[in-house]
Amino acid sequence: MTDVSNTPLKTTPLHRLHTRLGARMAEFGGYDMPIQYADGIMAEHNWTRSHAGLFDVSHMGPSFLSLPQLGGGDQAHRKVASIVERLVPSDIAGLAPGKVQLTVLLDANGGIIDDLMIGRPPRDDQQGMLYIVVNAGTKENDFALIAEAAGAEAELHRADNRALIAIQGPEAEAVIAGILPEAVPLTFMTFREIKHTAFGNVIATRCGYTGEDGFEILVPAEHGETFANRLLEDPRVKSIGLGARDSLRLEGGMCLYGHDIDISKTPVAASLSWMISKARRERGDFPGADRILRELKEGVPSKRVGIRPLGRAPAREGAEIQNTDGETIGVVTSGGFGPTVNGPIAQGYVDTTYTKAGTPLKLIVRGKALEAEVATLPFVPAKYKR
Amino acid sequence: MTTYYTSEHEWISVDGDVGTVGITKFAAEKLGDVVFVELPDVGKSVKKEADMAVVESVKAASDVYAPVTGEVTAANAAIVDEPAKVNEDPEGGGWFVKIRLADKGQLTGLMDKAAYDAFCASQ
Repeated sequence: MTDVSNTPLKTTPLHRLHTRLGARMAEFGGYDMPIQYADGIMAEHNWTRSHAGLFDVSHMGPSFLSLPQLGGGDQAHRKVASIVERLVPSDIAGLAPGKVQLTVLLDANGGIIDDLMIGRPPRDDQQGMLYIVVNAGTKENDFALIAEAAGAEAELHRADNRALIAIQGPEAEAVIAGILPEAVPLTFMTFREIKHTAFGNVIATRCGYTGEDGFEILVPAEHGETFANRLLEDPRVKSIGLGARDSLRLEGGMCLYGHDIDISKTPVAASLSWMISKARRERGDFPGADRILRELKEGVPSKRVGIRPLGRAPAREGAEIQNTDGETIGVVTSGGFGPTVNGPIAQGYVDTTYTKAGTPLKLIVRGKALEAEVATLPFVPAKYKR
Repeated sequence: MTTYYTSEHEWISVDGDVGTVGITKFAAEKLGDVVFVELPDVGKSVKKEADMAVVESVKAASDVYAPVTGEVTAANAAIVDEPAKVNEDPEGGGWFVKIRLADKGQLTGLMDKAAYDAFCASQ
């Protein structure tokens, strides 16, 4: 971890807005970020599940990887895709125009350096460019790796000075329809650029980190606050802090980098094998392929699962997992309370023998063994617009 | 009945040799939505400044310390069944336990309302 104690925290283009809204702020990924607003985590979580929540995710790392000359159809796309395919196990070359893929950066040993999104622009004149969004806490290293892989073949343009605003929830589409109607036809994991008269060039992606339908919208920094205010004028929208973002993603069964996944985990152990595409498995040409292909064939010693404590007490990150005989079989990697589930929920790694849903587990919390069982992820069904 | 406060944001309201203990409004607001409470069993001995109960919010678990040494004579089942009561009425219906004080002299080391309010303002 970077020691941020002596470094002034970075701020996002929405920082003034958070202060005005009375947010409780804390450090996250080197940024001064809103953890919650006046309503509190529970109310913010529930609002997102029933209406629309606005999240400032400008601390993340959006960027563009571009060939010197754009245009040139599939060939240009395959060329730029081949650069990032040196780092990820997904079929980026095979992405359809306008599609976004969730994938992972891997080290030579197959360990996860970060999880990230890679998008192929829909427009012909933008082929040869990729839209890449990495995590906040890892972005300096990620950007360096991607730039190094690109060498002189392509250039990485960081866009993390812009505002990245997520709008999530069942009413997100209706809200966006009034402000960015061009984003409404997007389906889950697709994106497009929109030239807006007031907000400039924005990029709207239909995706999120809550399990709800919604969008993440990249806006020029100077228009970020105006855009967020415009969304917040709608009575269906409330600002939501990182506290509820975490409880929403945990219910959605999604991984938090540095907790549920890190360099010591391969995508197979992390139950993310779906990211390793068929074409890439056949070619075996991604970092750590030897190990990962062997793991796909022979299995792994432990895997990431969902865990449902059967009582009311949450089990937090670091809690030991035992089998019913009291033997240590794993550890909780994130855990807390799921407001929609209305009970404690967790994720963790357990020995592969214990990964079947319904398997009884014990979680050691404050010296006591709490009853729990392996649960199917997600805890709350996803409501994506397919 | 006099109420005393600790620097760990517990309150104790003393009537005779029994004190009712809870967490302050300041602490409840800092914690956020309480989702789980674990209380000591009735009859258990607790020690001043040692952990006595646990409150968990959506985000984190926190210990609650005993403001005085003594024996637990009652535990508030209502907040175990409905943890949100701690946020709704932390210094009333959201009390945690009653303790029979072993040494009333321990109260002199605690803050009164005015001192506690000043302490919170400086936090």
